[in-house]
Amino acid sequence: MLTMIGKRLMFAIPSLIGVVIVTFLLTRALPGDPAAYFAGPAATKEAVEQIRKKLGLDRPLIEQFFRYTNDLAHGDFGNSLTTGQPVATEIRNRLPASAELTLLGLIVSIVIAIPLGVLAATRPGSWVDHLCRVTTTAGVSLPVFFTGLVLVYVFYFRLGWSPAPLGRLDVFYSAPPTVTGFYLIDTLIARDFEAWRSAFSQLILPATTLAIFSLAPIARMTRASMLAVLASEFVRTARASGLSPATVIVTYAFRNAMLPVITTLSMVFSFLLGANVLVEKVFAWPGIGSYAVEALISSDFAPVQGFVLTMAVMYVLLNLIIDILYGVIDPRVRLEG
Amino acid sequence: MKRRDFLKSVSGLAAGAVLPAAPSVISSAKADARSETLLIVSEGGPNNLDIHGVGTNVPGYEVSWNCYDRLISHEMKSGPGGVPYYDRDKFKGELADDMKIDDMSVTFKLKKNAKFHDGTPVTAKDVKWSLDRAVTVGGFPTFQMSAGSLTKAEQFVVIDDSTVRVDFAKKDRLTVPDLAVIVPCIINSELVKKNASEKDPWGLEYTKQQTAGSGAYKVTKWTAGTEVIMERNEDWVGGPMPKIKRVIWRMVPQAGNRRALLERGDADISYELPFKDFQEMKANGKLNVVSLPFSNGIQYIGMNVTKPPFDNPKVRQAMAYAMPYQKIMDAVLFGLGNPMFGAAKDKATEVAWPQQTKYFTDMEKAKALLAEAGYANGFETTISFDLNFAGVNEPLCVLVQESLAQLGIKTTINKVPGANWRTELNKKEMPLFTNVFSGWLDYPEYFFYWCYHGNNSVFNTMSYKSSEMDKLIDGARTAASTGDKTAYDADVKGFVDLAFADVPRIPLYQPFVNVAMQKNISGYQYWFHRRLDYRAMAKG
Repeated sequence: MLTMIGKRLMFAIPSLIGVVIVTFLLTRALPGDPAAYFAGPAATKEAVEQIRKKLGLDRPLIEQFFRYTNDLAHGDFGNSLTTGQPVATEIRNRLPASAELTLLGLIVSIVIAIPLGVLAATRPGSWVDHLCRVTTTAGVSLPVFFTGLVLVYVFYFRLGWSPAPLGRLDVFYSAPPTVTGFYLIDTLIARDFEAWRSAFSQLILPATTLAIFSLAPIARMTRASMLAVLASEFVRTARASGLSPATVIVTYAFRNAMLPVITTLSMVFSFLLGANVLVEKVFAWPGIGSYAVEALISSDFAPVQGFVLTMAVMYVLLNLIIDILYGVIDPRVRLEG
Repeated sequence: MKRRDFLKSVSGLAAGAVLPAAPSVISSAKADARSETLLIVSEGGPNNLDIHGVGTNVPGYEVSWNCYDRLISHEMKSGPGGVPYYDRDKFKGELADDMKIDDMSVTFKLKKNAKFHDGTPVTAKDVKWSLDRAVTVGGFPTFQMSAGSLTKAEQFVVIDDSTVRVDFAKKDRLTVPDLAVIVPCIINSELVKKNASEKDPWGLEYTKQQTAGSGAYKVTKWTAGTEVIMERNEDWVGGPMPKIKRVIWRMVPQAGNRRALLERGDADISYELPFKDFQEMKANGKLNVVSLPFSNGIQYIGMNVTKPPFDNPKVRQAMAYAMPYQKIMDAVLFGLGNPMFGAAKDKATEVAWPQQTKYFTDMEKAKALLAEAGYANGFETTISFDLNFAGVNEPLCVLVQESLAQLGIKTTINKVPGANWRTELNKKEMPLFTNVFSGWLDYPEYFFYWCYHGNNSVFNTMSYKSSEMDKLIDGARTAASTGDKTAYDADVKGFVDLAFADVPRIPLYQPFVNVAMQKNISGYQYWFHRRLDYRAMAKG
């Protein structure tokens, strides 16, 4: 197991180096001149040059690159010009917000999609199957920001059930002391149940938005792989042996159908992180996606590079976890590894 | 039956997913806090709490304005619609008790009991240090100071602990007003010096993150891109004690959500909404919407006069007659702007800025002028705009494109990303573009100096050069400093007339600043910087 993890991490190194080089070049290729942008509306040419020098943008590209990698090696991601803060701290503060939202969205999605997929597979052609097809298609066809805005309009503006879309907590609550960065957990640790409730009700709409968007791939994949497994010989044998349908489906079929679903989950998680960017904008969520977009708009290099790098590291870790999970679910994978 | 089950289960699911916001759990202490707290929602927030910092953005100016004091500030007068409007010509002391203007200097006596947020008294050496800082750090603050001929640290002289003199470099009518803008704020010099380093002698890194002033508010929490929380300074002496105890300023990127927050009564104030929203909110009357013209500001169409076809004044006049003025007012601004066109033929030029041109939409005249210039069949050109203000700029450019097509002028629209806009302006290569200029100091010669003078500043986006124009602008500046009213009036009328005859840029309208607030919010004041002043506001 450990050699497997070590090996996988080794493979990740070249891709991370690649990501560092590509993001560096891409951000430099962006249109716009950060020095002119930050010199302000009233800047003279000299003022722009002054700022360019201050930012080190007057040096040759290769020198900028070495300075950047050297800083990276020391754990310094640079400073964001738009927010004025060190990128590493910003990402550290904002990542939990995005992760909490994405994970909750994913959990909601799994809780709905997997039973739906299993039911659809056991009764192909029935109303459950059609329901599954209709909801998932509808969910994936609506752009996330649109779903988000509709939910805000209906549940906040029209019905008033949901709290104001103002980020992670109601404005009049203070954030719990940071332990995990996840408000749902931190408020419980601080035993502040009012704040927990506020944090939870703030999460519902954005998490639902993400869940609606990600229902489709999970439900469809569960259905397809369940269908394949249910048609296989060992299920027929199990049924012939007189096992109850529940045992057959849950114990024998479902476990075998899980592998492709897990793969899909990892993909869904990664594209949810992408969809997050828009959801965060709609719900004023102080996450890492909205941060990256802001930075991109003002050609603020450091946060963009930091964001892409963090994402790359997260993908590598995610793939690693998925590989380990494969081994847990299906011993054959472990043997081959 | 099956279908009905489905509908039932879906709606049940949706209802279950959303918990009521449950106002009952909010304790009464929190309700009290609400009535003394102002909740502002806007699109962008500050990137630096110090206006002297590198690249501080406009929301950062709002923090500086409310958390720092200046020596002097402006009095209020009644503006359009009875809304308090800053009085360009009347000053009052903020940190200064008394201001004495002599021939070549101005002397300020500081208020005796003025204290910084940390309790140390405000002294003359803090004032000198702060003004020295503004003229030396470079970038925008230094540039703004130089607009009032404040360029050298030697100009600021400490007389005793509570007296400071500012020496004039030359006679300039803008020197005293320039001491009342946001930049010359007074900073706690001892505190900042303690936190400065060799690489950063002015402590810019320190003041970026926290306020070190004597102003009516202090920042207690700032999460960049998310929120700013400000608390009232109970020991403030710069003016009457503000009524609002706490200001929470949240960034909400979605304009639709900002409107929803206002209409549901959750937020107190918002700006930066689309014009259509403001107009609708005005019409339905649930909220207070204040719309006031930008002082000394104009949205215009600029033409690069160094290159054909716009090097020909006839072509430029033709363009000025081809603009779809009224359509822009109606369809782009929803009436929220002052027209800058269509003055009566016999109207005399005023000694004022901005004022209306005598151009109006007249396609026949435009055609004739184009033919005279030798472009009877039109030409091809590109119109550029800043995507950061696409809400106004895009429909405006489409209307212009449509209108020009009637003259056979084929126009391509070029959308320039916000980050790139300034670079493009600086290059001065765009043939046709739309932009806004608005000056903090509300004087005609100030506007013309930046926008029409042959020294070709960034804002002379048309690269317009005319020795006659330069003579008139310089003349007005000299006349203003010496108080020669007749010469001044003649020069101002002269440059306005010339700007309209030569039309390197076509004034379209004077934009409005729009602010929407709850009915129980009072005390909104218009300032030249167009940001909020919390000190005069009250709730309930």
